[in-house]
Amino acid sequence: MADETITAEDPITGDEIEIPADVEVGEIIDSPITGAELEVVSVDPVVLEEAPELEEDWGE
Amino acid sequence: MNVGVLYSRIRRDEKLLLSELRDRGHEVTKIDVRKERFGIHEPPAAFDGVDIVVDRCLATSRSRYVTRFVDAYDIPVVNEPETAAICADKARNSLALAEADVPTPATEITFTKEAALESIESFGYPCVLKPVIGSWGRLMAKIDSKDAAEAILEHKETLGHYEHKVFYIQEFVEKPGRDIRVVATDGEPVAAMARTSDHWLTNAARGAKTEAIDVSDEMADLVKRASDAVGGGLLGIDLMETGDSYTVHEVNHTVEFKALNEVSDVDVPAAVVDWLETRARNVEVTA
Repeated sequence: MADETITAEDPITGDEIEIPADVEVGEIIDSPITGAELEVVSVDPVVLEEAPELEEDWGE
Repeated sequence: MNVGVLYSRIRRDEKLLLSELRDRGHEVTKIDVRKERFGIHEPPAAFDGVDIVVDRCLATSRSRYVTRFVDAYDIPVVNEPETAAICADKARNSLALAEADVPTPATEITFTKEAALESIESFGYPCVLKPVIGSWGRLMAKIDSKDAAEAILEHKETLGHYEHKVFYIQEFVEKPGRDIRVVATDGEPVAAMARTSDHWLTNAARGAKTEAIDVSDEMADLVKRASDAVGGGLLGIDLMETGDSYTVHEVNHTVEFKALNEVSDVDVPAAVVDWLETRARNVEVTA
């Protein structure tokens, strides 16, 4: 499953990109085109948005 | 059991946790805290039916508040809000460790740059200036000279959020090019790794090389005491070697474990879920 891919639209370029088939809502993936971080906001169908910028209080 | 997972971003760590929970047949309720409205009496509908809630918020501010609210709704939450409040704040973290007689680096806080400079001069060079809130080694300064101290303090006072006007100053510990991260559940070590770097910061998030290490009896004792000092739970305890002993510099309450899981023989997410199952059972017994 982890190696299977599906396609989704890159929200920045509009291109179809391949992403892992087992993505979760809330997961962040790197755009293979721009390198930008994209957030999975829906999985059925998969919808990607630009991920929020890093904030100062993020961490562990 | 039905496990509520508080999140705003699913990291590799959360994905490992979700997979382990689902593989064991547990129901998982993912709760994106960015979308919820938390009233002071009743929980949002997203919490319906959850037996226990796991806080995996990436943003410390959200973690501190949301755990407090979930606790007020009488829904079991790990880690507990007081643990989150202590661990989220480096000053409170240091105080808690000191109060529990856990060895921790000498630390002072000051509220003006003049007092901060006095503190820095008394520690001598190098010493370390950290933000009280923050993680992944960000905005940490190793101060090598009075010139550098004056510049950094002026920048912090001028540019920062009000919390940057709480100056957290610490002795520089000459560690052997690495520090140690122990993931523990209620003080019981799950696994440990050394994080090695040529840089003085050895956070895995900054690219430090990681390797599994055994937990000695002395380390286990410190981990237990450090965990107890902040109220227990699923924690990442950071230690530095000081030659013949250790010092605990930090306890993390929304600990990342993917790097540890990669280098350790221990199945870390499985150990975490084992612990969660025990926690949930204990809640049922005492309810």
